[in-house]
Amino acid sequence: MTDLTTNTTSQAAEGDARFGDYVALLKPRVMSLVVFTALVGLLVAPGSINPMIAFTAILFIALGGGASGALNMWYDADVDAVMRRTAKRPVPAGRVTSGEALSLGLWLSAISVAMLGLATNWMAAALLAFTIFFYAVIYTMWLKRATPQNIVIGGAAGAFPPMIGWVAATGSISLEAVLMFGLIFIWTPPHFWALALFMKSDYHEAKIPMLTVTHGRRETRRQILIYTVVLAPVALWLGFTPVAGPVYLAAAVVLNAIFLKGAWDIWRRDEVMAEADGYAVEKRVFRFSLYYLFLHFGALLVDAGLRGAGVM
Amino acid sequence: MPITQTHDLHKRRFGRNVGVALCLVAFAAIVFGLSVAKITQGASMEAFDHTPRVSLTPPMEESQ
Repeated sequence: MTDLTTNTTSQAAEGDARFGDYVALLKPRVMSLVVFTALVGLLVAPGSINPMIAFTAILFIALGGGASGALNMWYDADVDAVMRRTAKRPVPAGRVTSGEALSLGLWLSAISVAMLGLATNWMAAALLAFTIFFYAVIYTMWLKRATPQNIVIGGAAGAFPPMIGWVAATGSISLEAVLMFGLIFIWTPPHFWALALFMKSDYHEAKIPMLTVTHGRRETRRQILIYTVVLAPVALWLGFTPVAGPVYLAAAVVLNAIFLKGAWDIWRRDEVMAEADGYAVEKRVFRFSLYYLFLHFGALLVDAGLRGAGVM
Repeated sequence: MPITQTHDLHKRRFGRNVGVALCLVAFAAIVFGLSVAKITQGASMEAFDHTPRVSLTPPMEESQ
């Protein structure tokens, strides 16, 4: 008599994922940034929104972001397998099949767009659909492997969530929403290029045309400084709109001064200096860039809270 | 090995099934909560049965 359990045991290692593997496909760390920025966009927008509708909107904006992450992991499995940082992701590690990743990404995209439209308005849903399309098709399938500007243009996908949150609450796009978009959009290149400077071998081995590979590390350092200089006025401009207040303005002045100093330090260094201290400055600026974005949006939230409490 | 014996494979699938079940329950709860929120805030709604659809009702003619 055939022992059926023997066959199932041998197939268990491949394609038989735990629930957590499907969660990992949604890139939970990226989702946390999406949730936070979308929440700020929604809360600082004028007018009031029912808490249950707000919760639903944020949840499905986050799931839409997660869906694009799953589509990214489906398409990029070959590249992820080569890079140390991504080799343990569910698809290249063999725990989830690429078909499952594709299916999860497509279904979650459809559900999240439909639910956001039903919960809030169809303009917000259309923006979410465009964001998923932009990240999965324009960035993942096209730009990422084609041009060193992949990070610059692809950064738009990560910049849409606060705008979607704003549109979910108001039904239209305004200057404040565009500036919140601009803040993340211009922040993305220096953030990722700082990472690329000290994760150099990964992108090179995966044949991803990162700026460090195509134009050299000197040029990358220069571009980090240029984008940080352009970023500062956008961040400060947002401080003079009705959604911001003194807390945001003070935070923007301090944070941009520190970021500019960090970018200046990166620009002044060469590879010999960087290798001597293990890329300490590049790592410090990369870590700070995470706090930079979190604190800007956190300050917007504090100002909105102060306005709501009648302090301002 | 008897088929009744629990294997790591069964544990993995059980965890996955519980996760999917919880997601479905959460989704149902969200749809319910969203419906309650929409109704209580008086969003414009039209049913497709048992209720006259205002948008399809011809305008009343002026009384003679």
